[in-house]
Amino acid sequence: MSKSSKKVYLDYAATTPVDKEVMEAMLPFFCINYGNASSLHSFGQKSKEVVESSRTVIAKGLNMENREIIFTSGATESNNLTIKGIFNALSRHPNFSTKKLHFITSKIEHPCILDSMKYLEKTFKDLVEVTYLDVDEEGLVDLKDLERVIQKNTVLVSIMFVNNEIGTTEPIKKIGQLIKTIKNQRFKSHNKYPLYFHSDATQAPSYYKLDTKDLNLDLITINAHKIYGPKGVGVLGVKKNTIIEETSHGGGHEFKKRSGTLNVPGIVGLGKAFELAEKQRKENVKKVRQLQDYFINKIKSQIKDVGLNGSTKHRTPNNINFSFEGTEGESVLLMLDQEGIAVSTGSACSSNSLEPSHVLLAIGKTHLQAHSSIRFTLGKFSTKKQLDYTVDKLKSIIEKLRKISKGVKF
Amino acid sequence: MYSKKVMDHFTNPRNMGEIKNPDGEGEVGNPVCGDLMKIYIKVESKDKQEMIKDIKFQTLGCGSAIATSSMVTELAKGKNLKEAQEISRDDVANELEGLPPAKMHCSNLATDALKKAIKDYYSKK
Ligand SMILES: Cc1ncc(COP(=O)(O)O)c(C=O)c1O
Repeated sequence: MSKSSKKVYLDYAATTPVDKEVMEAMLPFFCINYGNASSLHSFGQKSKEVVESSRTVIAKGLNMENREIIFTSGATESNNLTIKGIFNALSRHPNFSTKKLHFITSKIEHPCILDSMKYLEKTFKDLVEVTYLDVDEEGLVDLKDLERVIQKNTVLVSIMFVNNEIGTTEPIKKIGQLIKTIKNQRFKSHNKYPLYFHSDATQAPSYYKLDTKDLNLDLITINAHKIYGPKGVGVLGVKKNTIIEETSHGGGHEFKKRSGTLNVPGIVGLGKAFELAEKQRKENVKKVRQLQDYFINKIKSQIKDVGLNGSTKHRTPNNINFSFEGTEGESVLLMLDQEGIAVSTGSACSSNSLEPSHVLLAIGKTHLQAHSSIRFTLGKFSTKKQLDYTVDKLKSIIEKLRKISKGVKF
Repeated sequence: MYSKKVMDHFTNPRNMGEIKNPDGEGEVGNPVCGDLMKIYIKVESKDKQEMIKDIKFQTLGCGSAIATSSMVTELAKGKNLKEAQEISRDDVANELEGLPPAKMHCSNLATDALKKAIKDYYSKK
């Protein structure tokens, strides 16, 4: 569609390019060392060995034990496994079958969390209830709200680390402390219901240290393709003693928590990508944060009637989300694409639903504001020059679209 | 996702703008899906027929909302009011070489805006 030879990728929250180092680490495991990691022969054992070294890298980074790292097909599966796996195990457990199981999440989670929760609510009405926490206008979960809704039968609190649309970073450490306090109270009062804390940290590893002990997390989700690794591979970190059952039955792989032949090249890539994320984090945060400040200020000073969505203080370094009054997101996206610039929209008008982003509505934006939003996400290969080019094109595109929409009012 | 024709009308919309003192105008929209359109017409009587002499649109919306607005004005221009009223959403979509299913409602909006403008003309007569 692009008429421009220039290519500017500003959609790193959708996916990232694979780092060359990651690709090189993966290559031998397609045609040379292709063994099934479960096989006992030397081909298999070589695969097993590299899977285990990836596991070690990730376990170390998340401050968990090796056997607490479950490789999956990505964040969607890890999140599904968390919710359905805990439900499956607890709903049939003799100790926990007297009361409904109570789950808590926020209204701005990724659809794989929200739809898994809705699925349980719909299919097992008598066994489960779910609370969807409101967020404030910056997208933050309120700790007092959370404390208020935790009940004796609450078994899972799942709150994302970084929101993928508006970049808000949730107070995970404080939530973890609250959960720990409640766990201690339950212990003293002989309430045997477990209370697990899960975070979908898919958007986080490039910018935030994910120490599950420090954060008091029982479960954590990450994937490879948001951190310069391959698509279709992820991790669910599960603290030992968590009562969870596999949802995909078969050969009993991954400590009986996730059956299926291991994606060896993918797992090698994920291990390498995570290692690089850890190594480059400090430098990345600094570089990307500077670009973010530069871009936000430049848009604000060059284009009138714009609004930054999300938080200024609690914001991941790589997310910039603006509403441009008098325009609709898809139109802006298409025109930027013609200039070779790739962005994303909060509007779901392109999918089957006509409703705009649930996240923007949850932070109190009107339908119109939500429809006029554009998400730019930066990454380690972004440059100031790319951002200058983008603002330049953006400015004339917004002018053009405002001319087309001039005169219409809701 | 979009045909070449849609992209062409989106990028170079025909008859875009406003008519001062129009003979009829029609505004339709749906804030939930984020689209709003306004169509202005100038009518001329010739050989006992009422023709659309000039037509312009203004649209806030997605790619197909802009393209369907542009296309409906192009189809209506020069037609008599009866013919113009009969332009259907499928006519608009077909002339654009198709629209994704989720976007068909946009061609509805465009023909609705035109019908409303014609109705407005009659009501003022
Ligand atoms: C916050 C969040 N959770 C989950 C996912 C789903 O990840 P995956 O593509 O690995 O299934 C994404 C990415 O789309 C995401 O941004």
